[in-house]
Amino acid sequence: MRPILMKGHERPLTYLKYNKDGDLLFSCAKDHNPTVWFADNGERLGTYRGHNGDSMRLITGSADQTAKLWNVQTGAQLFTFNFDSPARSVDFAVGDKLAVITTDPFMELTSAIHVKRISRDPSEQTGESVLILKGPQGRINRAVWGPLNKTIISCGEDAIIRIWDSETGKLLKESDKESGHKKTITSLAKAADGSHFLTGSLDKSAKLWDSRTLTLIKTYVTERPVNAVAMSPLLDHVVLGGGQDASAVTTTDHRAGKFEAKFYDKILLEEIGGVKGHFGPINALAFNPDGKSFSSGGEDGYVRLHHFDPEYFNIKI
Amino acid sequence: MADIMIMKEVEIEPMASRILLSSDDKDVDEGNEQELDSGFDNIIVVDNVPVVPGEKLEELEGVFHKMYGQIGVIKEDGLWMPVDPETQKTPGYCFIEYNNPQVFIYIELKLRLPQEKTNGYKLDKAHNFAVNMFDDFNKFFVPSARSTPFPNILSTTAGIRQNSWLKLKPIAIMGDVLIMNQTEELASRLGIDLTQVDLDSIHVPPGENCGIISDDEDVYEDDQQELDSGFGNIIVVDNLPVVPREKFEKLEGVIRKIYSQIGVIKEDGLWMPVDPETQKTLGYCFIEYNTPQEAELAKEKTNGYKLDKAHIFAVNMFDDFDKFMKVPNEWAPPEFKPYTPGENLQQWLTDEKARDQFVIRAGTDTEVLWNDARHLKPEPVYKRTYWTESFVQWSPLGTYLATVHRQGAAVWGGAATFNRLMRYAHPQVKLIDFSPGEKYLVTYSSQEPSNPRDANRVVLNIFDVRTGKVMRDFKGSADEYAVGGTGGVAGVSWPVFRWGGGKDKYFAKLGKNAISVYETETFTLIDKKSLKVENVMDFSWSPTDPILALFVPELGGGNQPARVSLVQIPSKEELRQKNLFSVSDCKMYWQSNGEYLAVKVDRYTKTKKSTYTGFELFRIKERDIPIEVLELDNKNDKIIAFAWEPKGHRFAVIHGDSPRPDISFYTMKTANNTSRVSKLTTLKGKQANALFWSPSGRFIVLAGLKGFNGQLEFYNVDELETMATGEHFMATDIEWDPTGSCDCISCLHFYRYVATAVTSVHEMENGFNIWSFNGKLLYRTLKDHFFQFLWRPRPPSFLSPEKEEEIAKNLKKYSKKYEAEDQDVSLQLSEQERERRRALKDEWEKWVNKWKRLHEEDKLERQGLRDGEASDEEEEYEAKEIEVEEVLDVSEEVVFFD
Repeated sequence: MRPILMKGHERPLTYLKYNKDGDLLFSCAKDHNPTVWFADNGERLGTYRGHNGDSMRLITGSADQTAKLWNVQTGAQLFTFNFDSPARSVDFAVGDKLAVITTDPFMELTSAIHVKRISRDPSEQTGESVLILKGPQGRINRAVWGPLNKTIISCGEDAIIRIWDSETGKLLKESDKESGHKKTITSLAKAADGSHFLTGSLDKSAKLWDSRTLTLIKTYVTERPVNAVAMSPLLDHVVLGGGQDASAVTTTDHRAGKFEAKFYDKILLEEIGGVKGHFGPINALAFNPDGKSFSSGGEDGYVRLHHFDPEYFNIKI
Repeated sequence: MADIMIMKEVEIEPMASRILLSSDDKDVDEGNEQELDSGFDNIIVVDNVPVVPGEKLEELEGVFHKMYGQIGVIKEDGLWMPVDPETQKTPGYCFIEYNNPQVFIYIELKLRLPQEKTNGYKLDKAHNFAVNMFDDFNKFFVPSARSTPFPNILSTTAGIRQNSWLKLKPIAIMGDVLIMNQTEELASRLGIDLTQVDLDSIHVPPGENCGIISDDEDVYEDDQQELDSGFGNIIVVDNLPVVPREKFEKLEGVIRKIYSQIGVIKEDGLWMPVDPETQKTLGYCFIEYNTPQEAELAKEKTNGYKLDKAHIFAVNMFDDFDKFMKVPNEWAPPEFKPYTPGENLQQWLTDEKARDQFVIRAGTDTEVLWNDARHLKPEPVYKRTYWTESFVQWSPLGTYLATVHRQGAAVWGGAATFNRLMRYAHPQVKLIDFSPGEKYLVTYSSQEPSNPRDANRVVLNIFDVRTGKVMRDFKGSADEYAVGGTGGVAGVSWPVFRWGGGKDKYFAKLGKNAISVYETETFTLIDKKSLKVENVMDFSWSPTDPILALFVPELGGGNQPARVSLVQIPSKEELRQKNLFSVSDCKMYWQSNGEYLAVKVDRYTKTKKSTYTGFELFRIKERDIPIEVLELDNKNDKIIAFAWEPKGHRFAVIHGDSPRPDISFYTMKTANNTSRVSKLTTLKGKQANALFWSPSGRFIVLAGLKGFNGQLEFYNVDELETMATGEHFMATDIEWDPTGSCDCISCLHFYRYVATAVTSVHEMENGFNIWSFNGKLLYRTLKDHFFQFLWRPRPPSFLSPEKEEEIAKNLKKYSKKYEAEDQDVSLQLSEQERERRRALKDEWEKWVNKWKRLHEEDKLERQGLRDGEASDEEEEYEAKEIEVEEVLDVSEEVVFFD
């Protein structure tokens, strides 16, 4: 399996996302320029300039205290949501009428989850929040929609996963301390049908949860803090990416870092293999919706696009 | 802790407290000016508080918490307002205990300097607070009871003292084991609000101490344990001259001069009583030092001190008086204890699967496990949190596991689990060492002196492991124990006592210009004197015979050569000696059977600018002990490591320059028995810096630890071939399992294992790996904060050599049985594994079905959300290949056919 190295970002990657058709790959990095790539050959299609995903519209959040709505085809900015603190993550609801945006604690402000209504016609778009959720301590790293947009699932620095009612803003469920993560949850990936999701944490584990009941189903244990997780839509595989803390990287041998994307059997919890290559921690992982390729983005500024070899699909353990 | 509850009840009754009072305040009777260090200096007493009925108690308590909480952190349960059981009212005073002395200092400033602050604080007109330090009560309290400033309190002081002593105790004990903030951290993790925990209400089930060794227990269990009375730092000096008033000061001056040389006498710590009738001294005095260690030292040094002919000091510890006074005058026959059979401490050796045990220490947990290599995982035996305060250690034959605590060391063992078998009291013990036959245990502690110019005080005790008796103790300054070692490195080199002569017969200590050899029969020096060797630098026992090898460096600038000699004990006769020239250093390596001794000699080159290395090889068991000289092919090579094959005749040397040194193997035997050392092979450019022979020889692990990132090479020396290479990234420790350490060849059948571990010197990857002897990684375990990995040693085989030979002959027969077993296990294992996987798959299937059902149910709603677009099918993504044929061009051509 030869990866395609995509060098377009100058700073560490923060997020990767495929569009629903799996032909485009969107990447975000700390260099302010969201970029779109062809998912098959890694060719750069363009960048979205303006910061100091659905196939029609793209939403991006940035530390410049804004979230922006883009037209994917033209790259035109449709709307800018202004906040008082840096935006951390964004997610469209099913039907694309709503979006959830999380903001970081900043200055005196606490972190918050904002729900915005997205209008069909960009000209009618307003910046008003339908709902603002507050409460979790520290940064909220991810907030996504639960099944049927009825709930919002959030997780972050306080290591607790919360499920909120997206109508009333009531806190419905919390992961308990015993079974839950012990350290900051860095990432969250939903299954294709939204029935379950996977969280990765700095406590060196990833956990699989039921989206409706918040029941812990599986725990994947690794040797490194987990920065990114992804689930294969095709096979029962999960990928965990991460590595030693970026600040400690230069002090040790590169092998100590374990900057590998590790594949685990989703059901048997066994390690299948690893894909090496990055020379910094992996910050973002995404599967192509067809399950035949995946990409990883690292602290090293590279996006590596991997098309699986035929053998991958016949792995037996 | 049940006692606490009772105490509380008893003490509230005023009558009972008076009884306690008379018994407790003995110290007041004995020496009024003694300042009692009661440990209650963080408690204050507030008097003149309103007397309220039970209903209002909480309200009042609230007021106090608010008022005094502003000044410092009040301990949990630190505010205590007693209630009169008869009237159900408060008696008008309360006690407040602050968290720590640091805070207390602040409080003291607050409370003591501006007296008005709270002393005299007007709660209302009738209640002007009278605030006092708790300790002051003891100080001001005089038995004759004149009018005292605290009318309400006096009667119960002593009782309370008792009570709060017990109340404090559990906290203090926990403090011994946990650091307070660790406790808090733990509590917050478990979701316990510490402030709401009533420590008094916690009852520990009988016979269980949660791994916390309480010092109360010491007191209850055996009488010989001294009660810590707080007077351990006081000595009594008797046989002083009896002097009249006029000479009093002069005498005091003399005594002060003598005793302040030894340690720091406390302020007002020297007290010489005077007979009120004759106005003369009584011929004795009390001296209080800062620490018990100083008092101990003063007693040792000045007992028998001759002031003049008539006055020879008799110095005793203050505490000893009590102890000896208690001895009854009548001799009572000792109680006869019926014999209770002990457990089989060697039970673990009879494991049916012949597995080995090991102990690991990670975080606060210490755990003993079976190495179940057939199942590729460890099987737990026993686990305990806070089992030890610093480290654990197996006894050399594996019978005991020793733990180290502040109060001393303890050994654990037993048939099925680990029970405490014996304790060895040695406060602040730092290091321990077993004798090779595990009959004796040496413990070591060192004490910082109060005078920085002095060297550390060192205390060594030798205990009999089974009875727990102190066989001999050694005390002295660290200087006496820090001699020898190369280059005169300061600090005590451990073990101080080296055991030798087989069967725990002798132990020896390196001294200045002497080696002190003791025998364990009498625990005295052999022939009552040390072995005098001018300038001796280092020595080493033969592992099997009573022979000492010692090294003396060059003297007189090279006029007197350096030498290595072998000395027979107890005759102290020199068996062999070798003089060496221009030596910079020597290191001695014994082969494990005591057959050979290798001395690595570093010599200066002619220019004296650098050194080169050679070996002197002694054949101990041959007549006249012949010596051979071995130089490496390239004699300028640096020697990185040297190791004898256990029980064998070969050795391995790592030599050359990092990062890719060479490794050579030599043998002491040659084919035609010419008794010449010869080289077997040299492996070029290996990433290794340490050698680990298998305990029965033949196999060796060439390891690159630390700087070499944990490269491992498993090498077969018989065949001179590499069996496997591996890597345990960052490995810091390697240990072979002990199976091979017995001679029996049948052991060869069993796989032997190597453990590699990364201990917490590295922050990452902590844990251990278990490998087979031929370099196959069997399993790995990751543990954060991993400190120790130790295989449980095995005692030597009981089989006679004939029997062993027989087993070796019929090895095939025996092997069959075990092979069959192995087969069974692996079959069973795969069956289990299949079962497990099936269960997991089934469970997953259930989830998936449930999700599918729910997903289906939600379909319509979802379509609604998508404005009627039935885009669900996209989710079941399918790639279809569609062939499209398009007609581009049609042309007709006539083809002629004949």
